[in-house]
Amino acid sequence: MTTQYLFAGFGGQGILFSGKFLAYKGLTEGKHVSWLPSYGPEMRGGTASCSVIVGDEPIGSPIVTKPDVLIAMNLPSLDKYEPSVAEGGMIFVDSTLVERRVQRTDVKTYYIPATKLASDGGIPTLANMIIMGKVLAATDGFNDESGVVNALKKVISAKHSDMLEVNLAAMRTGRDC
Amino acid sequence: MADKVLMKGNEAIAEAAIIAGCRYYFGYPITPQTEVAAYMAKRMPKVGGTFLQAESEIAAINMVYGVSSTGKRVMTSSSSPGISLKGEGLSYLAGADLPALVVNVQRGGPGLGGIQPSQSDYFQATKGAAHGDFRMIVLAPASVQEMAELTVKGFALADKYRMTSMILADGTMGQMMEPVSLDLEVEPAPEKPWAATGTGMKRSHNIINSLYLKPEQLERTNFERYERYKAIEENEVLCEEYLTDDADICIAAFGIAARVSRNAVNEARKQGIKAGLIRPITLWPFPKKQFAEAAKHARAFISVELSMGQMIEDVRLATECRVPVTLCNRAGGMIPSPDQVLDAIKAAYNGGDDK
Repeated sequence: MTTQYLFAGFGGQGILFSGKFLAYKGLTEGKHVSWLPSYGPEMRGGTASCSVIVGDEPIGSPIVTKPDVLIAMNLPSLDKYEPSVAEGGMIFVDSTLVERRVQRTDVKTYYIPATKLASDGGIPTLANMIIMGKVLAATDGFNDESGVVNALKKVISAKHSDMLEVNLAAMRTGRDC
Repeated sequence: MADKVLMKGNEAIAEAAIIAGCRYYFGYPITPQTEVAAYMAKRMPKVGGTFLQAESEIAAINMVYGVSSTGKRVMTSSSSPGISLKGEGLSYLAGADLPALVVNVQRGGPGLGGIQPSQSDYFQATKGAAHGDFRMIVLAPASVQEMAELTVKGFALADKYRMTSMILADGTMGQMMEPVSLDLEVEPAPEKPWAATGTGMKRSHNIINSLYLKPEQLERTNFERYERYKAIEENEVLCEEYLTDDADICIAAFGIAARVSRNAVNEARKQGIKAGLIRPITLWPFPKKQFAEAAKHARAFISVELSMGQMIEDVRLATECRVPVTLCNRAGGMIPSPDQVLDAIKAAYNGGDDK
């Protein structure tokens, strides 16, 4: 099986980081993975996006055009990518920042007030990982924290190892909300 | 896959170059290849090498000329407009028979163009990088693993044939991350008795130059160089064939276009169309034999490119126009979708559009 993820939001919301986390999680589990960021001027304040593919087979095109899972962390991202989501796919929305509902009826939708949860929890920069917790819970159960920790160790440098626990806590918040 | 790490294609090129024994990097930043230079800036001092950000692309390629003259493995990297600036230096490297690795992580053009991925420097890389009769070995990676492997290969070929190897990648290959194994097989650099390393008062001077004022002599150097090119065309072709044995419709694509096309080929097969893919890994030398062979049974070829159609000319030449060759393309930084390629396969299969 191959799952195509599209992460989208403002530059600075940790779009590329959460994508990288997911790619590393796949890698540590022995899966084939690819990670492709948008690298245009949108990185500097506009919308940023990131294609991640995780699968059991070698990956063909690394460009996600029909995501199975869309993570929309702002309204422009939802507007732009909602129509492209595969039938039966999933859309995760940061409902603090996106006021409208998803129009599609053929997909599963999850509304997570991630930005609010993050600022309430004193971790305002980790709304991305709160959503990631929910994504894992909805896709593979998030039963096994050791896999998550292994992947976090890869994306968080040893210098910032104190952030590992904080990221894990953010993901638990997302999982349990 | 425990020994694999996630790396950007640009970083994989840089690390592979260091593994291949390259200790000299000269460059000038340009999107989407700047990570090559950034990685080199960080790593080169740690391995006793030299990273130097030149004042321009022209300066960088001439620094490459200088270091190569001393027999050391050396490289530069840039993206499309920057490669055009290096053109003069590429011709001088060829004229002086100097080995070098040059990386082009292509972006849309012409002119300053854009910063999104493109393959529109195919002509430049394979046919006319600059003035004079010369070739470069052109390697086209389609994965981060190949970015690393072909970098190592590029150095080896450059040394073997005393010429420039070019890695012709594009923005997606440079920017994407995939698992990569850096357990790379490296051939040690050969002896370079021609290098300008000091005579030790034991031999006459080695002269590195591309100026020949006697036309007879210049003609001879050209003839000799083309004998080497002939050997390369015979011995160094690299190409991946995917489901071509029984293919009715055969796609030609390299780099990111081949990755997209592979999805389309799989989908076409599911729908009962025998599609296949020839992916040249060396764009020069071009895999002419493989195309000629496939043309014996394929009904049509489709060249999938991120350009207005450049490789398609080589596909037509290699297949001797025995079957229709159509173009499926996007340009200016856009990338064809698997659906677009699938539509082209269906059109070719139904005998439609064969202009």
